[in-house]
Amino acid sequence: MSYARRALAVAWKDLAVERRSKETLNALVFFSLLLLFVFQFTLGGDRERLAAVLPGVLWLGFVLSALLALGRTFLVEREHDCWEGLLLAPGDKSAIYLGKLAGNLALMLVVEALVLGLFVVFFDIDLGRALPGLLVVVLLGTLGLAAVGTLFAAMTANVRARELLFPVLLLPVQIPVLLATVKATEALLLGEPLGAVGHWVKLLLAADVVYVVVSLLTFDVVLEA
Amino acid sequence: MVKTLGWLTAAALAAGLVMAFGVAPREVTQGNVQRIMYVHVPLILASYVAFVVLAVASLVYLVRRDLAADRVAHASGEVGVMFVGLGIATGSIWGKPTWGTWWTWDARLTSVAILFVMYLGYLLLRGTIDDPERAARYCAVLGIVAALDIPLVHFSVYWWRTLHQPPSLMKPGGFTGSSSILWPLLVNLLAFILLYVYFVARRARLLRAQAEAIA
Repeated sequence: MSYARRALAVAWKDLAVERRSKETLNALVFFSLLLLFVFQFTLGGDRERLAAVLPGVLWLGFVLSALLALGRTFLVEREHDCWEGLLLAPGDKSAIYLGKLAGNLALMLVVEALVLGLFVVFFDIDLGRALPGLLVVVLLGTLGLAAVGTLFAAMTANVRARELLFPVLLLPVQIPVLLATVKATEALLLGEPLGAVGHWVKLLLAADVVYVVVSLLTFDVVLEA
Repeated sequence: MVKTLGWLTAAALAAGLVMAFGVAPREVTQGNVQRIMYVHVPLILASYVAFVVLAVASLVYLVRRDLAADRVAHASGEVGVMFVGLGIATGSIWGKPTWGTWWTWDARLTSVAILFVMYLGYLLLRGTIDDPERAARYCAVLGIVAALDIPLVHFSVYWWRTLHQPPSLMKPGGFTGSSSILWPLLVNLLAFILLYVYFVARRARLLRAQAEAIA
């Protein structure tokens, strides 16, 4: 099987398992609904204050659900006793990484679309002209989160206190992505064009390239038994 | 050899202390508080040295699979985190009387704080893995990811307004202050870099003894 076919096989397997069991997706959908309550209760009903913090809160929602979703990437393989099978796959192990990354990206984008929808309805965001630019920022930001998240999930799957360690490792490394996405989202929601946040978009692009390349190069090392 | 290095470090630290209090002039507006700079700047710069060494040692480990490189990375991580933590603390102590606040989310303070938590995570990861070979592999990967993340952190945080003094040593055009400030600073910088090397040498030796005791 070619490299791309092997990566696709892993992604396809993950998505098929998720589509049939909806284990992670169901929990994430419910979790994002709960987040809505949390945000509403902590921020209060003041419309102006809400509008000011909305971009940050939106990304907080994305990140919290990402932490839950990404952390499970390789735990499901353990739970279902598939870890060894995955390791036995022939050829370059980075194909497994790419497949897992694609699966994670798809899952996260579904959840993020849902969170965004909930925000539009409950917090009355006017997406309007901001939507195309916002899609670019969300796509790039999510790729960055998922790229490092998938690598770290593979690392933390084999250590003690993994549920604790995963966010503790991921969050500091992801600060550039968080800053860039929140600032860009803020400007876009204020009606500025995508060109006005060009520097943030470039930073996100650079981050995505760095994260994906480093992960591809080091994934082999992480999976060594 | 390590012992000689220790004495050399002690001498350099003593000389630095004498120069910071004896040779360096009392700053006109800030007063004696400013002298904390002679500890603060060397601590932060020495921690940068530690993190660069950590990244290089991580890479060397992945290529050569030599646990000695991993021990250097491990020790550098510990010393680097301690130095950067002390650097933040001394900066805070200086900031309270000078800026009127212990902490502010200015660009350079924020980058250094991110560095601190990033490498604190690195030490946490080490602490949770028992198998030394696996710990070395995972930490090497994290060390490389963290090093490559530093420029991204720098640029993302830079696009905020900054309240910090512009760098006084390493800046375009070179140092412009008087030599009565420069020499005490340089002597202290040397002293703290020696201290870093000494700590790493001691710690790496201890880590090797530990590994041998277990094996």
